Order: sequence, then structure tokens, then C-alpha cells
Amino acid sequence: MFSPLMQNTWTAATIVAVVAGAVGFFVVARGLAFAAHALPNGAFAGAAGATLVGASPLLGLGLFSVGGALSIGALGRRARHDVATALTIVAMLGLGSLFLTLRPVYAPAVSALLFGQLFGVSNGALIASWALGAVCLVALGTLYRPLLFSSLAPDVGAARGIRPQLLDAAFLILIALVTTTAVPIVGALLVFSLLIAPAAAARRLVDRPGPALAWGVVLALLLVWVAVAVSYETNLPPGFLVGGGGAVMYALAGLHYRHLP
Amino acid sequence: MSTFLSNPAVHTALLVGLLVAAVSGPVGVFTILRGQSFAGHSLADIGTAGGAASYLIGTNVLVGFVSVNVVAAALMESAGANRARNRDVATGVVLGAALGLSALFLHLETESSTTGATIDVLFGSIFTLGSTTVPFVVGAAAIAIGLLVWIHRPLMLASVAPDLAGARGVPVGLVGAGYLVALAMAVSLSAVAIGAILSTALLIGPAAIAIQLTRRPLAAVVASGAIGVAVTWGGIALAWNSYYWSSSHQQWPVSFFIVSLVLVAFIGTSFGSRR
Repeated sequence: MFSPLMQNTWTAATIVAVVAGAVGFFVVARGLAFAAHALPNGAFAGAAGATLVGASPLLGLGLFSVGGALSIGALGRRARHDVATALTIVAMLGLGSLFLTLRPVYAPAVSALLFGQLFGVSNGALIASWALGAVCLVALGTLYRPLLFSSLAPDVGAARGIRPQLLDAAFLILIALVTTTAVPIVGALLVFSLLIAPAAAARRLVDRPGPALAWGVVLALLLVWVAVAVSYETNLPPGFLVGGGGAVMYALAGLHYRHLP
Repeated sequence: MSTFLSNPAVHTALLVGLLVAAVSGPVGVFTILRGQSFAGHSLADIGTAGGAASYLIGTNVLVGFVSVNVVAAALMESAGANRARNRDVATGVVLGAALGLSALFLHLETESSTTGATIDVLFGSIFTLGSTTVPFVVGAAAIAIGLLVWIHRPLMLASVAPDLAGARGVPVGLVGAGYLVALAMAVSLSAVAIGAILSTALLIGPAAIAIQLTRRPLAAVVASGAIGVAVTWGGIALAWNSYYWSSSHQQWPVSFFIVSLVLVAFIGTSFGSRR
């Protein structure tokens, strides 16, 4: 399980878990679960389009996820936020279905893009995820205080001159960056589960924002490491283990939550 | 065009498209008013687990979709119905778990074969619907439309002003449950017709356009159904014609055209109705 072949998998999974666990705190606090679902799932269409024109799938993912983030922001001025998100994911997936028709991909390759292929991470993919992961964490560090104010105390944020629309757009682009980092390695489904479940469980365990964010990272690491180990031993798909494990984690944290005085 | 109208596969597609859009459009207006676009979209993805399971055990896909969706809708409603933000997270967690399940089912299925069931479940195809599916579609559509007509008055009040509805003695919980059944039917129908991951286009798209066109709720419900039928039939006709567009005779997917028509109409009407 810890052979040299598996080293890239462990490292990549760890990078993805740290980034997704930390960013997930604000995804949950700002009620952006739908966007966190839409961007990774829609961005797979970008990867399909990139292979169609012979470009790098990473470039396609990046373009589509950032484009999607901007589109949610732009449509959000004309319709409710969730409607804007729905229209955006539909637009991305519509293009995806066209790309797949124009260049039929072997069916298991499609499921790999959606559901992830944790094993056999190449050195190139690992370097890309180191770089993008670092960018995500720096961006999160820069946005941390404004995000905290506008998520938890919007009035204070406004008084300090934070423009919510601009911050919203910046945070959506951050989710797009996380998507680009993680989808090539773990697949769209896993990114989404990691962005929601650990952070949501952590919020049920602790109240203060700093510790809640840290707990989110710890739970995300736990979830991913257990999933990689179990998947290696049993050959069950990692997406199933992370998705199911995340729900169990959230439910268990709920038991604790109910017992608080 | 004459071959278009005389082809039996087209007749089936037009009939199914009519029923699917006539259910999804009106249900979608209530979905938007209740702020449940995410739940509506999630149900489509969650239904994939049912669709994948039905391939495994060999039943009709629509049956798998409907049964899983009704259960999931009830779970989401009970997991965090008290506050909008909790509902967002609860929906996300349930969706993650269900997608994990469909990953498992598809994994089990592809271990034994590589028939491309994944693609069928996710993208669907209205031109290749088996004739055995049509009776199921007609039945589900009839139930959903009947239910909506029956509860539309209390449902509209409960969606727009839940507190007022409660004070007036409307059984808000019961009406909400009825709505969820209609939503589960609508999502399952459009998932089978244009694919799970794009059924949101027919649920949210026509409704979002209709809400921009009129402020009267019941007019929006009717308009949404009409717009849904128009974009679906338009999409089917365009996809049929796309066969002749290039020398390679490759047909473009219906879902792509439906989505394009929805987006063009949405952006067009949003310029017309600037508030």
C-alpha cells in the first residue's frame, strides 16, 4: 500500500484534502454547496472539449471552471443565485454532451473524469497539483478576513467597505481553482464531497471559525486517507467511499451537536 | 422535413418530449419560488443511482429513477428543512452520498460489461427510447399533472408565503410532500428523456424564462409549460436536422440543442424585462 507506485497517490490525495477542507469552510458558511457541485461537474466538459481540439485537459478544466464561476456571478445579477448556478451547470454540461458526441470517448474514460481515478497519478499531474494547491492556499489566506466578515457578520463586513459582489466573484474563482487542482486527480464527484461534508461536520463540532476550519482540514484528510486505503485493499471506487463516508461523518457530528447543552 | 414527420422514432420523441416538458415546466416554477433549484438538480443526479441500480437488477430505468427520487426527496426534506442554509448543506451531503452509490453501481456494472450504461444513464437519448418505456412515461406524467392541478392553489400560497399559508390553515407539510412527489416525477421523466445531468435544463430553464415574462404566478406556470414544449420540440427538430449539416453525417445531441435554446431565450428575455 505504501509502495513507490502509491506515493504519488498519497501525496496528491493529501494536497487535495487540505485545500478542499479549508476552502470548504467558506463554501458551507456562505451556502454555496450548489456552486461547489456545479463547477467541478461542469468543468469535466472542458476537459472533454480540450481533448477534442488536442489541447491539455488541464487547460480545458481551468477555462471551463473559471468561465463557469464568472457566469454564475454575471447571471446572478439577473436571477436568484441558485437559478443562475443551475443555468450555468446546464450550459457547461450541454457543451460537454456535444463534445462527447463529436468525439466518442471509451465509456470508462468518462466515468474516470466524473468519478475519479485515484491510482496511477503521473509525476506531471502531481507537480501541477502542488503548484495549483499552493495558489489556492495563498488566495484563501488573502481573502480569509474579508470572507470571514462577510460570511459570518455581513453588516460588519459592509461597514468595513467589503463589496459583497466582488468578494462573491473572487470566492467563486477560488472554487474554480480548487476544481482545476483536484478534478484531474480525484474526479468531480470526490471534489464536491470533500468541499461539503468535512466542513459541514466540523461546523457541528466547534463554533469558532478558526478551529472549525482546522477541523474541516483534519476531517477531510481522515476521509481521504481512509478512502485510499480501503479502496486499495477492496477495489471499491474511492468516490463511493468518500461520498458515503462523508455522509456518515456528517450524521455522527449531528449526534454530538444534539447533545450540546 | 418529410422524413422527420413520418419517422416513428420521431413520433415517440415528440410525444415523450411533450409530456416531459409539460410536467417539468410547471413544476419548475414552484421549484424556483421555493428556492429549491439545488434540490431539483440534486434529485436528477441522485436518480442516477436508481437508474444504475435498475440496469444491475434488470428493471425499467424509469422505475429505478422514480423510486430513488421519492426516497431522496423525503430524506432531504427531513434532514434539514428547518433553515434554508441547513437545507443547502443537507442536500449537498445527501447528493454526495448518492453519487457515491451510483459510482459503486456503475463500477459493479462495468466490471461485468462495457455496454456504456454510464453514458445512457447520464446523457439519455430521446431517439432511442424503447417502446416499453413509453407507457411508464405516460403514466408518470399523468400522475404528476393530476397532482399539480389538484394542489396548485394551496401549493402556490405555501410556496410564496408559507407563514400566511400556515395561518390560513393550509396543511403546509402535506402540500410540500405532494410537491416533492411531483418534483421527483418531473425530474425522473426528463432524466430518462434527455439524461440525468441535463434534466435541470427543462426543470429550471423554462420556469426562469417564464418568471421573467410575467409576474402573475399562475400565468408563469402555464407559460413555463408552453416554453418547455417549444424548446424541447425545437431541440428535437434541430438535432434531427443536424445529421445533414456536415458531410460526416454525425447527429448532434438533442440535449445540447435544448440547453442552447433555453439559454438564448433566458438571456433574450432578461434584456427585455430589465427591472
